[in-house]
Formats: sequence, structure tokens, C-alpha cells
Amino acid sequence: MSSKKGLIVPPASVTRRKALKVLGASAAAAGGFAAGPGFIRYVQAATSEPIRIGFQVHRTGIGASYGRWYERTTTAAIKLINEQGGIGGRPVEIVAEDDGTDPGRGAEVVEKFATQHKVDVAYGTLFSHVVMGSSPRAGELKLPYFVVSEGHHVASGKLNRYTFQPGITDVKSQVKSMAPWIAGNLGKKVTMIFPDFAFGHDHRDYFSAAIKEQGGEVVQLIPIPPTESSFTRYFPDIPANTDVLYHVMVGPAVLTFVKELGEHFGSQHPALFGFIDSLEAVDLASPGLEFLDGSYLWEAYPRYAGPKPTAFDTFYRDKVGVDAMGASVSDPADISTFSHMFGCWETLFVIKKAMEAAGYQGPADRSKLIEATEAMTAFEEGNEHPQGDKTFNGKIHQCFGHQNITKVAGGKAEAVHRTSIEDGLYEPEADYTTQSL
Amino acid sequence: MSFGPHLLLAILEGTVAAAVLALTALGLSLVFGVMRVVNVAHGEFYMLGAMVAWWLSRLVPAHPAAGFALALVGAPIAVGAVALATERLVLRRLNYEPEATIVATIGLLFVIQQLALTVFGADAKPVSAPFNFRIVFPWFGYSGYKLFVVAASAVVLLAAWWVLARTRFGLIMRATQYDSETAAAFGIPVDKVYAAVFVTGAALAALAAVLLVPIQQAHYLMGLDPLLMSFIVVIIGGLGSIKGSVIAAIVIGMSDGIISVFFSPTLASILGTLLVALVLVVRPQGLFGVPVR
Repeated sequence: MSSKKGLIVPPASVTRRKALKVLGASAAAAGGFAAGPGFIRYVQAATSEPIRIGFQVHRTGIGASYGRWYERTTTAAIKLINEQGGIGGRPVEIVAEDDGTDPGRGAEVVEKFATQHKVDVAYGTLFSHVVMGSSPRAGELKLPYFVVSEGHHVASGKLNRYTFQPGITDVKSQVKSMAPWIAGNLGKKVTMIFPDFAFGHDHRDYFSAAIKEQGGEVVQLIPIPPTESSFTRYFPDIPANTDVLYHVMVGPAVLTFVKELGEHFGSQHPALFGFIDSLEAVDLASPGLEFLDGSYLWEAYPRYAGPKPTAFDTFYRDKVGVDAMGASVSDPADISTFSHMFGCWETLFVIKKAMEAAGYQGPADRSKLIEATEAMTAFEEGNEHPQGDKTFNGKIHQCFGHQNITKVAGGKAEAVHRTSIEDGLYEPEADYTTQSL
Repeated sequence: MSFGPHLLLAILEGTVAAAVLALTALGLSLVFGVMRVVNVAHGEFYMLGAMVAWWLSRLVPAHPAAGFALALVGAPIAVGAVALATERLVLRRLNYEPEATIVATIGLLFVIQQLALTVFGADAKPVSAPFNFRIVFPWFGYSGYKLFVVAASAVVLLAAWWVLARTRFGLIMRATQYDSETAAAFGIPVDKVYAAVFVTGAALAALAAVLLVPIQQAHYLMGLDPLLMSFIVVIIGGLGSIKGSVIAAIVIGMSDGIISVFFSPTLASILGTLLVALVLVVRPQGLFGVPVR
């Protein structure tokens, strides 16, 4: 301690020799510290240079609520990974860059990761248009790019061999697994309200097909421009014969959407089935949301822990700092994006597993990392995968997990149905492994 | 839904849109009219008003109406204070030069927006309406509060007109607008008038935000859309003409409401933008504007 102190506040009569002595002593102390018990487990690695993961995060722009929680989850997962000895014996470091939830900026961030920060892999993007904007650049730079976006674009084959989605099920699989339950329990004539961009189009295309397979039909499609702030004008388009109103919205205006829906319909309304995307980071007990009482929600991972959470769920909530209601432990008004952010946690553990399987040492081993990731087939439920077990299809770079349906009652949503993984499987449309590395 | 009720809904939506537009454009029009300053940060004053309303409404959890009343007084004062600081520290030092103030207020837009993100966070913040009353038509329901916004907007516009046309302060403002040099020669403290007008413009934006935030929620990016629409309204109406702004707001609001209900909101935006282009070509000073001498 005294040598450190000497460095910060040098005595008045400091000579060059004295200064060198102090510097040398503190360097020796630092070396001793590194060799101490806290660091010993990194020693077996060939190099103790940290593994650097570039984290493309929506700190600003319309994705900022998601970004905040993606960042918290990532920080918690990296802390745990480092406590457990890092990846292949090396510590892991996150290099976070804000992309402003903007596709152009996203591509720049990927570029910056590869050329300036020299990261090992890039990770963490959520909004589908940012993924679409960034992934081609990652492919050109041959930078492995792990997204947590749930869009179908990875599995569709539209992207490239460097882009993976191993932590969250894609929309096509999600809606496919929902359709039988909706047709069986709520009704067969569905009106869809969805955002008018890639993510909403995934819902439109794959749900329409999935409900048809169940003998139902989509009676009306209502696309909403992403910057819309008032929705009443769209409601006359909802046909009177609608059994189920299927809504999926994103962005800050979702509360308005639900409120106006309530004002428009009152108590006489079709059954409501919504994707929690509409209400991530929003308290279900917010004023105006009473209208949702008795309606159903898709949740990848139910925000409300329920009476019997798994040990893994409890572990995960504890590490990230989320309570049993899905809010921050430090502020109950700070609601998490629970159905998406687990994807960050799980993806980081997949990256760890893949890097260790590939014997990853540095950027020269990126091809090995890609092949090791593609070779994976399943992830077991556990602390690393608290949302549940998953299968992974290396040809389309996409994982498949269980989905949940919850029912809103009194400001929270309780689970009523959990799908099997098979409910959401579809014929693969692509094979990335045929592309060259 | 059959044609009649559909039209009724379209007219209701159009009326609300028109009231909202007139209210947000009023401050912008006033500031340009008197000071010849194009305030690009006008939308951010609006956003700030909504944020302060949210913050104040949380201080009084007892009844939403109490928080709303507090916000109705507090938000314009708080935003007016920010505007006063801006006027003293930035606009005055630039001598109110049109080009310089445009650049300065663009900068201000980003500063206020990012500060709001830092201080208040990125989530949309709901504010309860002071009352929840649902008007039930046989075919659909409609928010009673939205109609209250229309009435409140009419009251604010009438009050603004009265102040401008019937009071001594209004006379001084009009004199400054007409010819600031002659006004100064007659002993009118032009720089104080400028400060008062800029603060009033910002306070009006904040007031509009307080009225609207129960419909739309506070969000740090919410200022951009009203800014654009306000500019459209002010340009069509004639920069500086409050009567023109109100009429333009009604035309744009109603056509926006009706076109977007019957056709598509995108078409409504296209037509609005086309109208601006047309007015700029045919009558550059706007429908009710006076050509700059």
C-alpha cells in the first residue's frame, strides 16, 4: 500500500533513483498479485490475454429499454464466467459500443470491433433491422457474429456463415408453436396487428401459414408504421367477425396502443393474444393496461416466476438482479425485458462452450470456432440455460426452445401453457455449412 | 364498420390531431413571428414538458388529477426557465442572426435530447389522465380525455389571441414584430420582449405536452415528430401568423385524420408534405403570411 501511495503523492525531495525504486517495487507487487490465488486459474492458458467480446448494444434509439437490460444481463453473465475461470482459462472482457438502434451505425460498430478494438467475436444485437444492416459487414470481415434478435433472418439463410443465433428461438418457430393453442382455445378467425418492418413481416408470413395449418385463417392484416404514435385510426379495419386479435408491437408507443384499444372496444372485444414484445420493460399494472386483464401473452420466458420456479430460474434471477415479478431488485418500477434478455445469458455460455470445444486461441482460430458452433446439437437446461433445454441446428445457425403462454390477471401474467420444442420445428430452408469460410 | 360511424371516427381523430397540431405550432409560430428565429429545438421543449409532467405527477400519487394540475403549472415554468437560460446564454450572444440560431438550436436539440435520455432514461413513461371517461357510441368507444384536449387547446388558442390582440403586452409584441428598430426607438425594450416571447413559446410547447402526455406517454425521442408537423403547419399558415397556423393546423389535422382512417397514414403524410411544397412554390410567405420587407 505504501509503495502505491508513494506513486500518487511523491515526497517533495523525490530523486530519479528513488522514483525508479518505487516504480520497480510496485511493478513487483503487481506481478506478485497476478500470481496470487485470485489469478492462478488463468495460468494454465497458453496466453492470459483476455478474450474480447464486442457487444453491439442499443443504448440509445427505440431499442434503448431492451439495451439497458441486455447490458445488465451480459455484465452478470461475464462476471459469472470469469468467476468460473473464464473461457479456456482466459478472462473475458466485454467491449460495448452503442449502435443507436440504427442499421447504418450498426455496420460501423461491427467494423470498429474488427479493426479498432480487435475483438474475438461480436455479439448481442437485438433489433432485426440492425442485424440485417450489420451482418453482411461481419461476414465480409470474417468476424463471428452472435445475435440475440429472435428474427427469422438467421435461420432463413439470408445472412451468412458468420452469423449465429444460439440463444433465442426465432419468430417463425415461436408463432408456429403458438398457432395450435390459439386455434384450439381462442378461435380460428384472426386479425393481426404488427409493425411494418422485417420483424413484423416474420410474424405476418409465418403466423398466417401456421394458423392455416390449424384450419384457421387470418381475416385481416394491419401493418403499423414503426414511428406511429396513435393507433385509433387503424381499429376500424378490424373486421367484426374477428375471434382473436393478434398483436405484436415494439417501441415506446405500445402503452398507447393498448390504451386506445381499450377505449375503442370497451368490454365487447375479440379475444386478445399478444406477444410480450409489446410490453417488455412495461409494468403490466400500468394505468390503462387494465384492458389486458384476461388476455393471453406469448412469453419466451415468463416474467412472473410463479409459485414453483426451477432452481436454475432462481439462480439466474439472483445473478442478474431481477426479482420474482421480473423487476429490478433495486427498483420495483424498473421492469426487465425478461423474455428476450435471457438470450444474452445463454448465448454467452454457448460462445464459451464453442470456444473451448474449438481450442480457440485467437482470431486465427475463427474458422475452427465457426465449425465448433455448427457442430453443436443441444443445450441442456441448467444455470447456463435457465429458460429451458434447446436444440440447435448447425446448418441454419438457429436454436429451438420451449415457448410459454401466460394469462394476464391483476397486473401480472401467469403461465397457462408451455409448448414442446417439437411444436416449433420446421423444415430448414438453408444450409450455411456449404458456404466457404 | 359501416360508412357513417367510420366517418365519425375519422372526424374525431382529425379534430384531435388538429387541436394538437395547433397547440404545438403556436409557440413555434410566435417565436418566428416576433424574433425571426427558427427554433429547431421547439420539439425538445415539448419533450421536456412531457418529462417534467411525468416527474411531477409521480410526486403526487394521491389522485391523477392532482398530479396533472401540478404539471399544468410546473412544466411550463420549468421549461420556460430552460428557455430563458437558452435565450440569455445562446440566442442573445448570436445577435438572433437567423443562420446562426438555426445551427445553435439544432445543437440544443441534441443536447436536450441526450440530457433527457441520461436523466430520465429511455423507457416510455406513462402519465395517468386526470379523469377516465369513455364516450360510448353504438359502434365504438372514444376517449373522453381526447375531447377534453380539443377543448383545452381551443381555450389556450383563444387566450393567446386575446393576449396578442387586446393587451398592452400583445401590442408591444406586435410592434416588435412589425419593426424592431422603430420599436426600440420608441423605447420598447426589444431584448426583454425577445426573452419574454422565447420563454412564452417554450412554455406553450410544455403546456401542449402536459395536455398530450396522458394520450402519448413521455419519451425522449417524442419531440421529433411534432417538430416536423409544426413546421409544416407554420409554413403553410405563414410564418408568424397565428391565424394562419390555426387554420393550417385544422386543414392538415382533419385531412390527416380522415385520409389516414379511410386510406392510409402514409398517404396522409405524403399529401401533407406535397401541400407544403405547393405552398412554398405558389405562395412562399404562406397562406396568411406577410412577405418579409
